[in-house]
Amino acid sequence: MNTLLVMNSRFADIKEQTFNAIDNEGTCRMEKIVFPNNRLKKMIQTIFFSLFRCAATINALALFIVVYFMAANGLTAINWTFLTQPPTDAMTKGGIFPCIIGTLCLSLGAILIAFPVGVASAIYLSEYARPGKILRMIRLGINNLAGVPSVVFGLFGLAFFVVWMKLGVSILSGSLTLAAMSLPVIIGSTEEALRAVPETYREASLGLGATKWQTIYRVVLPAALPGILTGGILGISRAAGETAPIMFTAAVFYTPSLPTSPFDEIMALPYHIYVLATAGTEIEATRHLQYGTAIVLIALVLGMNIAAIIYRAKLRKKMS
Amino acid sequence: MIDATIKMSSKNLNFYYGKFHALHDISFDIYQKQVTALIGPSGCGKSTFLRCLNRMNDLIPISRVDGNILLDNEDIYSPKIDVVLLRRRVGMVFQKPNPFPKSIFENVAYGMRVNGIKNKSVISSRVEHSLKQSALWDEVKDRLYESALGLSGGQQQRLCIARALAVDPEVLLMDEPASALDPIATQKIEELIAQLKESFTIIIVTHNMQQAARVSDVTAFFYMGKLIEINNTDMLFTRPALQQTEDYITGRFG
Repeated sequence: MNTLLVMNSRFADIKEQTFNAIDNEGTCRMEKIVFPNNRLKKMIQTIFFSLFRCAATINALALFIVVYFMAANGLTAINWTFLTQPPTDAMTKGGIFPCIIGTLCLSLGAILIAFPVGVASAIYLSEYARPGKILRMIRLGINNLAGVPSVVFGLFGLAFFVVWMKLGVSILSGSLTLAAMSLPVIIGSTEEALRAVPETYREASLGLGATKWQTIYRVVLPAALPGILTGGILGISRAAGETAPIMFTAAVFYTPSLPTSPFDEIMALPYHIYVLATAGTEIEATRHLQYGTAIVLIALVLGMNIAAIIYRAKLRKKMS
Repeated sequence: MIDATIKMSSKNLNFYYGKFHALHDISFDIYQKQVTALIGPSGCGKSTFLRCLNRMNDLIPISRVDGNILLDNEDIYSPKIDVVLLRRRVGMVFQKPNPFPKSIFENVAYGMRVNGIKNKSVISSRVEHSLKQSALWDEVKDRLYESALGLSGGQQQRLCIARALAVDPEVLLMDEPASALDPIATQKIEELIAQLKESFTIIIVTHNMQQAARVSDVTAFFYMGKLIEINNTDMLFTRPALQQTEDYITGRFG
């Protein structure tokens, strides 16, 4: 500070007051500093954004390659007969109609079971349960459930639903297993959707003399519905493509008849691919059928996701 | 003080957020069909006090109340009280307009529906009446079934007032109802308050001292969780009894 003062007075002596920025008391002078030019920081920005763009592109590319690879190998297999007929000639010819129906049945069953249970759990956890030890334990359980490998779910389904509950290898057992598997995802996405509902809606509703349940049922749930539905359907469609959970619980190698009740065993797309690729009579000759089946499975899963996204967009539009 | 019936009264009310003692021994009366303004700097406890009057603070798990608040001589914190019924009798308008993402009609009808009114003609005539009371009817009568979120901020706030009025409250709590609005919308809300006090007891929290002076009959000055001074608004703003009040209303602090 002293040197600055000295400098100030010296500068003042040589009549350069205009150059010096001296504050009211005249005790401090801003030193002029030289900023480096901007080229370096702009370069660093360019490098980082390029890296991020690469990462994003690789992701998109991966999906593209998967789809291209399957289309190139399997598109020839897809025709009307393939989509509408059962397999023939020891599954080396014919279609995959029973598998499509099977997978649709399993997904629908899983949705019907997992949605109510998952949404109810999430409402309890995020709207009613008081924070504490029990809540932490339940959450820990749910989070761990999400990390359990799908084959373990398959074995659990075999032991619990098929054998112990005597449901047999059936759509019901398979749906229950898939539902158990997608529950953590549904609970997670529902909780997130409920948390996203502004607290002011709840306050407004309670302030009008609504009970907590009326508030949840009439205000919170409708506002959270788009998020709940998409999260739920994404969870189910993820499970619908799994092989391991259904191979012990619902799917069979081959069945000529379509299911007539939830207690029937069925063929399913993922398991059909697995069978054709590993245990078929002529694995090499049926390659295009395997890829064709895979395309149908992906189309089915993507179709479910797109339907969920469109429905969400519609709901959001309706609300705003 | 003004000669009128006491509608609500606070008796030695203490309020705690966890260990924080937010309100100290608040005691005063609120008169029927009068506007009582609560003023004071941010964090002085005026909004907390307001939320004690319809037990909105119950929603905060770590909060604790000590003392009594009487509504028509009945303690609203007594275990016999039905909180849901209390909140129908003591309505609330919030700081930020918070209409539901529903149609204008459904927003106003909501309170009746959750309180068990099913008769359609009763509901629709009351919706119209409430919207007229809140001076919004002419602006929205042609688009009752459009989303409430399409209204301007000022209209949304008047919709929230209509929504609160539709369940026949006796007391209306307003938590800085105009602080998120522009001057013209604010003026409309103030005019509305002047009309509404014909039929309702109103308690309004405001940061704006001119607003308190314009709309209220009684003003209570809060500071640091304590009720410092309460008097007829004219008296409080022209001849405050305490230096602290004078400093605040003349803008020397706060």
